[in-house]
Amino acid sequence: MSLLSHVVALFLLANLAVALFAAARGQTPADRMLMALLFGTTGTAVLVLLAAAGGGTPLIDVALVLALLAAIGGIAFAKRAWHVEGNDRD
Amino acid sequence: MIEWLSMGLMMIGAFFFFAGTVGLLRFPDVYSRLHALAKADNLGLGCVLLALALQAESLAVALKLLLIWPLVLAASAGVGFAIARRAHALGIAPWKKGDGR
Amino acid sequence: MMFAFDLLLALALLLSGLRTLTTPRLDRGIVLFIAFGLLLALAWARLSGPDIGLAEAAIGAGLAGALLLDAYGVLQRSKDLHSKGVAFKRLIVIALGTAFTIVLSEALLDPLPAAIDLRVPVAAHLEESGVSHPVTAVLLNYRGYDTLLEIAVLLLALLAILAVVGETRIASPSRAHPVLQALARLATPSIIVMAVYLLWAGAFRPGGAFQAAALLAAAAVLLHLVGLLPGWSTPRLRLRLGLVAGFAVFLTVAAALLRQGALLKYPPEAAGGLILLIESALTLSLALILAGLFLILSRDEDAS
Repeated sequence: MSLLSHVVALFLLANLAVALFAAARGQTPADRMLMALLFGTTGTAVLVLLAAAGGGTPLIDVALVLALLAAIGGIAFAKRAWHVEGNDRD
Repeated sequence: MIEWLSMGLMMIGAFFFFAGTVGLLRFPDVYSRLHALAKADNLGLGCVLLALALQAESLAVALKLLLIWPLVLAASAGVGFAIARRAHALGIAPWKKGDGR
Repeated sequence: MMFAFDLLLALALLLSGLRTLTTPRLDRGIVLFIAFGLLLALAWARLSGPDIGLAEAAIGAGLAGALLLDAYGVLQRSKDLHSKGVAFKRLIVIALGTAFTIVLSEALLDPLPAAIDLRVPVAAHLEESGVSHPVTAVLLNYRGYDTLLEIAVLLLALLAILAVVGETRIASPSRAHPVLQALARLATPSIIVMAVYLLWAGAFRPGGAFQAAALLAAAAVLLHLVGLLPGWSTPRLRLRLGLVAGFAVFLTVAAALLRQGALLKYPPEAAGGLILLIESALTLSLALILAGLFLILSRDEDAS
Protein backbone atom coordinates (compact mmCIF):
# COMPACT_ATOMS: atom_id res chain seq x y z
CA MET A 1 0.00 0.00 0.00
CA SER A 2 2.72 2.36 0.93
CA LEU A 3 4.67 1.13 -2.04
CA LEU A 4 1.77 1.90 -4.32
CA SER A 5 1.59 5.39 -2.83
CA HIS A 6 5.21 5.87 -3.71
CA VAL A 7 4.75 4.56 -7.22
CA VAL A 8 1.73 6.72 -7.91
CA ALA A 9 3.46 9.75 -6.43
CA LEU A 10 6.38 9.17 -8.75
CA PHE A 11 4.03 8.71 -11.67
CA LEU A 12 2.24 11.94 -10.92
CA LEU A 13 5.51 13.74 -10.60
CA ALA A 14 6.46 12.44 -14.01
CA ASN A 15 3.15 13.82 -15.24
CA LEU A 16 4.14 17.16 -13.77
CA ALA A 17 7.47 17.04 -15.53
CA VAL A 18 5.74 16.48 -18.84
CA ALA A 19 3.32 19.31 -18.10
CA LEU A 20 6.25 21.53 -17.21
CA PHE A 21 7.91 20.81 -20.48
CA ALA A 22 4.70 21.59 -22.33
CA ALA A 23 4.22 24.76 -20.32
CA ALA A 24 7.57 25.97 -21.50
CA ARG A 25 6.60 25.20 -25.05
CA GLY A 26 2.91 26.01 -25.05
CA GLN A 27 1.64 28.09 -27.86
CA THR A 28 -0.89 30.35 -26.34
CA PRO A 29 -1.04 32.04 -22.95
CA ALA A 30 -4.04 29.94 -21.99
CA ASP A 31 -2.18 26.70 -22.62
CA ARG A 32 0.54 27.68 -20.28
CA MET A 33 -1.85 28.82 -17.56
CA LEU A 34 -3.78 25.58 -17.83
CA MET A 35 -0.53 23.77 -17.24
CA ALA A 36 -0.03 25.77 -14.08
CA LEU A 37 -3.50 24.78 -12.94
CA LEU A 38 -2.78 21.16 -13.67
CA PHE A 39 0.29 21.59 -11.56
CA GLY A 40 -1.86 22.74 -8.70
CA THR A 41 -4.16 19.76 -8.74
CA THR A 42 -1.46 17.20 -9.40
CA GLY A 43 0.60 18.81 -6.68
CA THR A 44 -2.29 18.39 -4.26
CA ALA A 45 -2.51 14.72 -5.15
CA VAL A 46 1.23 14.24 -4.74
CA LEU A 47 1.12 15.93 -1.34
CA VAL A 48 -1.61 13.68 0.02
CA LEU A 49 0.24 10.67 -1.34
CA LEU A 50 3.40 11.82 0.39
CA ALA A 51 1.38 12.28 3.55
CA ALA A 52 0.21 8.68 3.35
CA ALA A 53 3.70 7.49 2.51
CA GLY A 54 5.20 8.79 5.72
CA GLY A 55 5.07 12.54 5.60
CA GLY A 56 2.26 12.71 8.13
CA THR A 57 -0.91 14.71 8.45
CA PRO A 58 0.68 18.20 8.26
CA LEU A 59 1.13 17.52 4.56
CA ILE A 60 -2.62 17.14 4.25
CA ASP A 61 -2.91 20.69 5.54
CA VAL A 62 -0.49 21.81 2.84
CA ALA A 63 -2.62 20.01 0.27
CA LEU A 64 -5.74 21.76 1.59
CA VAL A 65 -4.06 25.15 1.32
CA LEU A 66 -2.94 24.37 -2.20
CA ALA A 67 -6.44 23.29 -3.15
CA LEU A 68 -7.95 26.46 -1.71
CA LEU A 69 -5.56 28.81 -3.43
CA ALA A 70 -5.27 27.15 -6.80
CA ALA A 71 -8.29 29.03 -8.00
CA ILE A 72 -6.77 32.41 -7.40
CA GLY A 73 -4.03 32.13 -9.97
CA GLY A 74 -6.47 30.94 -12.59
CA ILE A 75 -8.95 33.71 -11.95
CA ALA A 76 -6.22 36.34 -11.84
CA PHE A 77 -5.09 35.12 -15.22
CA ALA A 78 -8.56 35.12 -16.74
CA LYS A 79 -9.48 38.54 -15.48
CA ARG A 80 -6.22 40.42 -15.58
CA ALA A 81 -3.51 38.87 -17.64
CA TRP A 82 -5.09 37.64 -20.81
CA HIS A 83 -5.53 40.30 -23.42
CA VAL A 84 -4.54 38.80 -26.69
CA GLU A 85 -5.34 35.53 -28.22
CA GLY A 86 -3.03 33.79 -30.53
CA ASN A 87 0.09 31.82 -30.98
CA ASP A 88 3.46 33.25 -30.50
CA ARG A 89 6.78 32.45 -31.98
CA ASP A 90 9.75 31.35 -29.93
CA MET B 1 -10.64 -6.18 0.81
CA ILE B 2 -10.50 -2.51 1.55
CA GLU B 3 -6.85 -2.69 0.64
CA TRP B 4 -7.68 -3.89 -2.85
CA LEU B 5 -10.40 -1.31 -3.32
CA SER B 6 -8.01 1.37 -2.23
CA MET B 7 -5.28 0.26 -4.58
CA GLY B 8 -7.74 0.03 -7.45
CA LEU B 9 -9.04 3.51 -6.80
CA MET B 10 -5.55 4.89 -6.67
CA MET B 11 -4.69 3.43 -10.02
CA ILE B 12 -7.91 4.74 -11.54
CA GLY B 13 -7.04 8.15 -10.16
CA ALA B 14 -3.57 7.96 -11.65
CA PHE B 15 -5.11 7.04 -14.97
CA PHE B 16 -7.35 10.08 -14.95
CA PHE B 17 -4.44 12.34 -14.15
CA PHE B 18 -2.58 10.83 -17.03
CA ALA B 19 -5.60 11.25 -19.30
CA GLY B 20 -5.90 14.86 -18.21
CA THR B 21 -2.28 15.60 -18.99
CA VAL B 22 -2.44 13.91 -22.37
CA GLY B 23 -5.66 15.75 -23.15
CA LEU B 24 -4.10 19.03 -22.15
CA LEU B 25 -1.28 18.41 -24.56
CA ARG B 26 -3.20 17.04 -27.48
CA PHE B 27 -6.60 18.67 -27.62
CA PRO B 28 -7.03 21.28 -30.32
CA ASP B 29 -8.47 24.29 -28.54
CA VAL B 30 -8.65 25.91 -25.15
CA TYR B 31 -12.19 24.76 -24.42
CA SER B 32 -11.46 21.07 -24.83
CA ARG B 33 -8.25 21.49 -22.89
CA LEU B 34 -10.24 22.93 -20.01
CA HIS B 35 -12.41 19.86 -20.24
CA ALA B 36 -9.37 17.60 -19.93
CA LEU B 37 -8.08 19.59 -16.99
CA ALA B 38 -11.41 19.22 -15.24
CA LYS B 39 -11.21 15.45 -15.57
CA ALA B 40 -7.89 15.39 -13.81
CA ASP B 41 -9.23 17.69 -11.10
CA ASN B 42 -12.51 15.97 -10.43
CA LEU B 43 -12.01 12.30 -11.08
CA GLY B 44 -8.28 11.96 -10.74
CA LEU B 45 -7.99 13.77 -7.45
CA GLY B 46 -11.32 12.40 -6.22
CA CYS B 47 -10.26 8.78 -6.69
CA VAL B 48 -6.88 9.32 -5.10
CA LEU B 49 -8.42 11.08 -2.11
CA LEU B 50 -11.02 8.35 -1.68
CA ALA B 51 -8.35 5.69 -1.89
CA LEU B 52 -6.31 7.36 0.82
CA ALA B 53 -9.33 8.12 2.97
CA LEU B 54 -10.19 4.43 3.03
CA GLN B 55 -6.74 3.75 4.41
CA ALA B 56 -6.60 6.64 6.83
CA GLU B 57 -5.71 6.09 10.47
CA SER B 58 -8.67 7.92 11.92
CA LEU B 59 -12.01 9.35 10.94
CA ALA B 60 -10.71 12.87 11.41
CA VAL B 61 -7.91 12.35 8.93
CA ALA B 62 -10.25 10.66 6.45
CA LEU B 63 -12.71 13.53 6.66
CA LYS B 64 -9.95 16.05 6.20
CA LEU B 65 -8.84 14.25 3.07
CA LEU B 66 -12.37 14.15 1.71
CA LEU B 67 -12.79 17.83 2.51
CA ILE B 68 -10.24 18.65 -0.15
CA TRP B 69 -12.43 17.29 -2.92
CA PRO B 70 -15.43 19.67 -2.90
CA LEU B 71 -13.05 22.61 -2.59
CA VAL B 72 -11.11 21.54 -5.64
CA LEU B 73 -14.34 20.82 -7.50
CA ALA B 74 -15.67 24.29 -6.83
CA ALA B 75 -12.36 25.93 -7.66
CA SER B 76 -11.99 23.93 -10.85
CA ALA B 77 -15.52 24.76 -11.97
CA GLY B 78 -15.08 28.45 -11.26
CA VAL B 79 -11.72 28.75 -12.93
CA GLY B 80 -12.86 26.75 -15.95
CA PHE B 81 -15.80 29.06 -16.29
CA ALA B 82 -13.67 32.17 -15.98
CA ILE B 83 -11.14 31.04 -18.56
CA ALA B 84 -13.73 29.80 -21.03
CA ARG B 85 -15.68 33.02 -20.74
CA ARG B 86 -12.57 35.09 -21.30
CA ALA B 87 -11.61 32.94 -24.27
CA HIS B 88 -15.00 33.53 -25.78
CA ALA B 89 -14.78 37.26 -25.15
CA LEU B 90 -11.40 37.32 -26.88
CA GLY B 91 -12.98 35.71 -29.91
CA ILE B 92 -11.40 32.31 -29.72
CA ALA B 93 -13.64 29.96 -31.65
CA PRO B 94 -14.11 26.34 -30.71
CA TRP B 95 -12.32 23.90 -32.91
CA LYS B 96 -14.39 22.26 -35.57
CA LYS B 97 -13.62 19.10 -37.40
CA GLY B 98 -11.64 20.06 -40.47
CA ASP B 99 -9.76 22.96 -38.90
CA GLY B 100 -6.06 22.51 -38.96
CA ARG B 101 -4.44 21.62 -35.68
CA MET C 1 11.92 4.39 -4.66
CA MET C 2 11.73 7.79 -3.15
CA PHE C 3 15.18 8.45 -4.48
CA ALA C 4 13.73 8.43 -7.98
CA PHE C 5 11.07 10.85 -6.82
CA ASP C 6 13.57 13.18 -5.24
CA LEU C 7 15.83 13.05 -8.26
CA LEU C 8 13.01 13.89 -10.64
CA LEU C 9 11.86 16.67 -8.33
CA ALA C 10 15.35 18.13 -8.13
CA LEU C 11 15.76 18.04 -11.89
CA ALA C 12 12.35 19.60 -12.45
CA LEU C 13 13.19 22.35 -9.98
CA LEU C 14 16.49 23.10 -11.66
CA LEU C 15 15.05 23.11 -15.15
CA SER C 16 12.00 25.17 -14.33
CA GLY C 17 14.10 27.65 -12.40
CA LEU C 18 16.55 27.97 -15.24
CA ARG C 19 13.85 28.34 -17.81
CA THR C 20 12.00 30.91 -15.73
CA LEU C 21 15.06 33.11 -15.70
CA THR C 22 16.07 32.71 -19.29
CA THR C 23 12.82 32.81 -21.17
CA PRO C 24 12.37 35.99 -23.14
CA ARG C 25 8.62 36.10 -22.84
CA LEU C 26 7.35 37.43 -19.54
CA ASP C 27 4.07 35.58 -19.44
CA ARG C 28 5.85 32.30 -19.93
CA GLY C 29 8.22 33.24 -17.16
CA ILE C 30 5.34 33.96 -14.80
CA VAL C 31 3.63 30.65 -15.39
CA LEU C 32 6.91 28.82 -14.98
CA PHE C 33 7.50 30.72 -11.77
CA ILE C 34 4.14 29.57 -10.40
CA ALA C 35 5.02 26.02 -11.37
CA PHE C 36 8.41 26.46 -9.73
CA GLY C 37 6.70 27.58 -6.53
CA LEU C 38 4.54 24.49 -6.49
CA LEU C 39 7.50 22.22 -7.05
CA LEU C 40 9.26 24.01 -4.23
CA ALA C 41 6.33 23.29 -1.92
CA LEU C 42 6.72 19.62 -2.82
CA ALA C 43 10.41 19.84 -2.08
CA TRP C 44 9.74 21.28 1.36
CA ALA C 45 7.29 18.45 1.97
CA ARG C 46 10.04 15.97 1.15
CA LEU C 47 12.50 17.79 3.37
CA SER C 48 10.16 17.51 6.38
CA GLY C 49 9.45 21.22 6.42
CA PRO C 50 5.67 21.40 6.34
CA ASP C 51 5.67 24.87 7.89
CA ILE C 52 7.62 26.28 4.99
CA GLY C 53 5.65 24.10 2.60
CA LEU C 54 2.47 25.74 3.86
CA ALA C 55 3.91 29.20 3.38
CA GLU C 56 5.25 28.35 -0.06
CA ALA C 57 1.95 26.89 -1.21
CA ALA C 58 0.01 29.89 0.05
CA ILE C 59 2.37 32.59 -1.16
CA GLY C 60 4.26 31.10 -4.08
CA ALA C 61 1.29 29.43 -5.68
CA GLY C 62 -1.40 31.85 -4.69
CA LEU C 63 -0.44 35.41 -3.88
CA ALA C 64 2.78 35.83 -5.81
CA GLY C 65 1.18 34.29 -8.88
CA ALA C 66 -1.78 36.64 -8.70
CA LEU C 67 0.48 39.66 -8.14
CA LEU C 68 2.70 38.83 -11.09
CA LEU C 69 -0.24 38.13 -13.38
CA ASP C 70 -1.85 41.41 -12.43
CA ALA C 71 1.38 43.26 -13.06
CA TYR C 72 1.74 41.54 -16.39
CA GLY C 73 -1.78 42.55 -17.35
CA VAL C 74 -0.92 46.16 -16.70
CA LEU C 75 2.34 45.91 -18.60
CA GLN C 76 0.70 44.31 -21.57
CA ARG C 77 -1.10 47.48 -22.37
CA SER C 78 1.94 49.63 -22.38
CA LYS C 79 5.11 48.21 -23.69
CA ASP C 80 7.05 45.59 -25.47
CA LEU C 81 7.33 42.51 -23.37
CA HIS C 82 10.31 40.80 -24.83
CA SER C 83 13.46 40.94 -22.82
CA LYS C 84 16.46 42.21 -24.65
CA GLY C 85 19.80 40.54 -24.75
CA VAL C 86 18.59 37.09 -23.96
CA ALA C 87 21.68 35.19 -24.90
CA PHE C 88 23.87 37.29 -22.65
CA LYS C 89 21.47 36.89 -19.73
CA ARG C 90 21.37 33.18 -20.26
CA LEU C 91 25.12 33.02 -20.09
CA ILE C 92 25.22 34.95 -16.84
CA VAL C 93 22.50 32.86 -15.25
CA ILE C 94 24.15 29.61 -16.23
CA ALA C 95 27.59 30.75 -15.12
CA LEU C 96 26.41 32.01 -11.75
CA GLY C 97 24.17 29.02 -11.23
CA THR C 98 26.97 26.61 -11.95
CA ALA C 99 29.36 28.44 -9.66
CA PHE C 100 26.82 28.48 -6.86
CA THR C 101 26.01 24.80 -7.34
CA ILE C 102 29.67 23.87 -7.13
CA VAL C 103 30.18 25.86 -3.95
CA LEU C 104 27.03 24.44 -2.37
CA SER C 105 27.90 20.87 -3.28
CA GLU C 106 31.33 21.20 -1.76
CA ALA C 107 29.83 22.57 1.40
CA LEU C 108 27.34 19.73 1.62
CA LEU C 109 29.84 17.01 0.91
CA ASP C 110 32.37 18.17 3.43
CA PRO C 111 30.49 19.78 6.26
CA LEU C 112 32.22 21.35 9.19
CA PRO C 113 30.94 19.92 12.44
CA ALA C 114 28.30 22.20 13.95
CA ALA C 115 29.72 24.27 16.74
CA ILE C 116 26.59 23.86 18.80
CA ASP C 117 23.83 21.38 18.14
CA LEU C 118 20.77 23.46 18.86
CA ARG C 119 18.20 20.71 18.64
CA VAL C 120 18.94 19.50 22.15
CA PRO C 121 18.43 22.80 23.98
CA VAL C 122 15.36 23.59 21.87
CA ALA C 123 13.75 20.31 22.81
CA ALA C 124 14.86 20.56 26.41
CA HIS C 125 13.17 23.89 27.03
CA LEU C 126 10.08 23.27 24.95
CA GLU C 127 7.69 23.03 27.90
CA GLU C 128 8.73 26.41 29.20
CA SER C 129 8.36 28.04 25.83
CA GLY C 130 4.58 28.02 25.93
CA VAL C 131 3.99 25.99 22.78
CA SER C 132 4.70 22.40 21.87
CA HIS C 133 5.73 22.79 18.27
CA PRO C 134 9.47 23.45 18.01
CA VAL C 135 9.25 25.65 14.90
CA THR C 136 6.76 28.00 16.53
CA ALA C 137 8.82 28.01 19.70
CA VAL C 138 11.86 29.11 17.74
CA LEU C 139 9.98 31.74 15.74
CA LEU C 140 8.00 33.30 18.53
CA ASN C 141 10.05 32.64 21.61
CA TYR C 142 13.69 31.71 21.23
CA ARG C 143 14.17 33.97 18.21
CA GLY C 144 11.17 36.21 18.67
CA TYR C 145 13.35 39.21 18.05
CA ASP C 146 13.88 38.14 14.45
CA THR C 147 10.15 37.77 13.89
CA LEU C 148 9.61 41.22 15.34
CA LEU C 149 12.00 42.67 12.82
CA GLU C 150 10.42 40.62 10.04
CA ILE C 151 7.04 42.15 10.54
CA ALA C 152 8.65 45.57 10.67
CA VAL C 153 10.25 44.90 7.31
CA LEU C 154 6.96 43.83 5.76
CA LEU C 155 5.25 46.89 7.15
CA LEU C 156 7.97 49.07 5.69
CA ALA C 157 7.48 47.40 2.30
CA LEU C 158 3.82 48.34 2.36
CA LEU C 159 4.64 51.87 3.44
CA ALA C 160 7.05 52.13 0.55
CA ILE C 161 4.32 51.07 -1.85
CA LEU C 162 1.94 53.60 -0.37
CA ALA C 163 4.56 56.28 -0.71
CA VAL C 164 5.20 55.47 -4.35
CA VAL C 165 1.57 55.23 -5.32
CA GLY C 166 0.55 58.45 -3.64
CA GLU C 167 -3.00 59.66 -3.55
CA THR C 168 -5.23 57.28 -5.35
CA ARG C 169 -8.81 56.97 -6.27
CA ILE C 170 -10.62 53.82 -5.30
CA ALA C 171 -10.38 51.18 -7.98
CA SER C 172 -13.72 49.47 -7.97
CA PRO C 173 -13.44 46.53 -10.28
CA SER C 174 -16.21 45.48 -12.58
CA ARG C 175 -18.41 42.92 -10.97
CA ALA C 176 -17.73 39.51 -12.36
CA HIS C 177 -20.30 37.00 -13.49
CA PRO C 178 -22.50 35.67 -10.68
CA VAL C 179 -20.97 32.22 -11.01
CA LEU C 180 -17.57 33.57 -10.09
CA GLN C 181 -19.01 35.65 -7.30
CA ALA C 182 -20.71 32.54 -5.95
CA LEU C 183 -17.39 30.73 -6.05
CA ALA C 184 -15.74 33.51 -4.09
CA ARG C 185 -18.57 33.58 -1.59
CA LEU C 186 -18.29 29.82 -1.13
CA ALA C 187 -14.54 29.78 -0.86
CA THR C 188 -14.07 32.69 1.53
CA PRO C 189 -15.61 31.17 4.66
CA SER C 190 -13.64 27.98 4.11
CA ILE C 191 -10.47 30.00 3.74
CA ILE C 192 -11.20 31.95 6.92
CA VAL C 193 -11.86 28.75 8.86
CA MET C 194 -8.66 27.24 7.53
CA ALA C 195 -6.74 30.37 8.48
CA VAL C 196 -8.03 30.37 12.03
CA TYR C 197 -7.24 26.67 12.25
CA LEU C 198 -3.67 27.25 11.10
CA LEU C 199 -3.24 30.09 13.58
CA TRP C 200 -4.50 27.97 16.45
CA ALA C 201 -2.71 24.82 15.37
CA GLY C 202 0.59 26.66 15.13
CA ALA C 203 1.09 26.00 18.80
CA PHE C 204 1.33 22.27 18.41
CA ARG C 205 1.77 21.37 14.75
CA PRO C 206 2.87 23.09 11.55
CA GLY C 207 1.00 26.29 11.03
CA GLY C 208 1.30 29.74 12.46
CA ALA C 209 0.58 33.38 11.92
CA PHE C 210 2.33 33.84 8.62
CA GLN C 211 0.58 30.98 6.87
CA ALA C 212 -2.81 32.00 8.25
CA ALA C 213 -2.23 35.58 7.12
CA ALA C 214 -1.30 34.44 3.63
CA LEU C 215 -4.56 32.53 3.39
CA LEU C 216 -6.62 35.50 4.53
CA ALA C 217 -4.85 37.79 2.08
CA ALA C 218 -5.55 35.31 -0.70
CA ALA C 219 -9.24 35.37 0.22
CA ALA C 220 -9.19 39.16 0.00
CA VAL C 221 -7.53 39.02 -3.41
CA LEU C 222 -10.12 36.51 -4.60
CA LEU C 223 -12.96 38.72 -3.44
CA HIS C 224 -11.36 41.68 -5.17
CA LEU C 225 -10.90 39.82 -8.45
CA VAL C 226 -14.59 39.01 -8.65
CA GLY C 227 -15.65 42.50 -7.77
CA LEU C 228 -16.90 41.96 -4.23
CA LEU C 229 -14.14 43.91 -2.54
CA PRO C 230 -13.06 47.30 -3.87
CA GLY C 231 -9.42 48.15 -4.17
CA TRP C 232 -7.79 50.20 -1.45
CA SER C 233 -7.12 53.85 -1.78
CA THR C 234 -5.00 55.70 0.72
CA PRO C 235 -5.80 53.96 3.98
CA ARG C 236 -7.86 55.69 6.56
CA LEU C 237 -7.60 55.32 10.29
CA ARG C 238 -9.17 51.92 10.72
CA LEU C 239 -7.00 50.30 8.10
CA ARG C 240 -3.91 52.01 9.43
CA LEU C 241 -4.62 50.70 12.90
CA GLY C 242 -5.03 47.21 11.52
CA LEU C 243 -1.80 47.43 9.57
CA VAL C 244 0.32 48.41 12.53
CA ALA C 245 -1.51 46.32 15.11
CA GLY C 246 0.77 43.32 14.77
CA PHE C 247 3.97 45.24 15.09
CA ALA C 248 2.55 47.41 17.85
CA VAL C 249 1.37 44.50 19.96
CA PHE C 250 4.62 42.65 19.54
CA LEU C 251 6.61 45.73 20.43
CA THR C 252 4.41 46.48 23.44
CA VAL C 253 4.82 42.97 24.79
CA ALA C 254 8.55 43.13 24.21
CA ALA C 255 8.84 46.51 25.92
CA ALA C 256 6.68 45.40 28.84
CA LEU C 257 8.90 42.42 29.38
CA LEU C 258 11.97 44.61 29.24
CA ARG C 259 11.32 45.56 32.82
CA GLN C 260 12.00 41.97 33.78
CA GLY C 261 15.44 42.09 32.32
CA ALA C 262 15.77 40.67 28.86
CA LEU C 263 13.86 41.68 25.76
CA LEU C 264 11.10 39.24 24.91
CA LYS C 265 11.75 36.96 27.83
CA TYR C 266 8.32 35.52 28.47
CA PRO C 267 7.55 34.29 31.98
CA PRO C 268 6.91 30.56 31.46
CA GLU C 269 3.40 30.52 32.90
CA ALA C 270 2.21 33.31 30.62
CA ALA C 271 4.25 32.33 27.57
CA GLY C 272 1.49 30.39 25.81
CA GLY C 273 -1.03 33.17 26.20
CA LEU C 274 1.40 35.87 25.14
CA ILE C 275 2.42 33.95 22.07
CA LEU C 276 -1.21 33.45 21.08
CA LEU C 277 -1.89 37.14 21.55
CA ILE C 278 1.10 38.14 19.48
CA GLU C 279 0.32 35.61 16.77
CA SER C 280 -3.29 36.79 16.49
CA ALA C 281 -2.24 40.38 16.10
CA LEU C 282 0.43 39.33 13.61
CA THR C 283 -2.10 37.38 11.56
CA LEU C 284 -4.38 40.38 11.30
CA SER C 285 -1.63 42.77 10.32
CA LEU C 286 0.16 40.45 7.97
CA ALA C 287 -3.09 39.61 6.22
CA LEU C 288 -3.80 43.30 5.72
CA ILE C 289 -0.23 43.96 4.57
CA LEU C 290 -0.13 41.08 2.12
CA ALA C 291 -3.59 41.92 0.81
CA GLY C 292 -2.56 45.54 0.54
CA LEU C 293 0.36 44.60 -1.70
CA PHE C 294 -2.22 43.56 -4.26
CA LEU C 295 -5.18 45.77 -3.52
CA ILE C 296 -3.38 49.09 -3.40
CA LEU C 297 -1.85 48.58 -6.80
CA SER C 298 -4.82 46.98 -8.46
CA ARG C 299 -6.22 48.76 -11.46
CA ASP C 300 -8.96 47.03 -13.31
CA GLU C 301 -9.58 49.02 -16.46
CA ASP C 302 -10.98 46.18 -18.42
CA ALA C 303 -14.67 45.39 -18.44
CA SER C 304 -15.17 41.68 -18.86
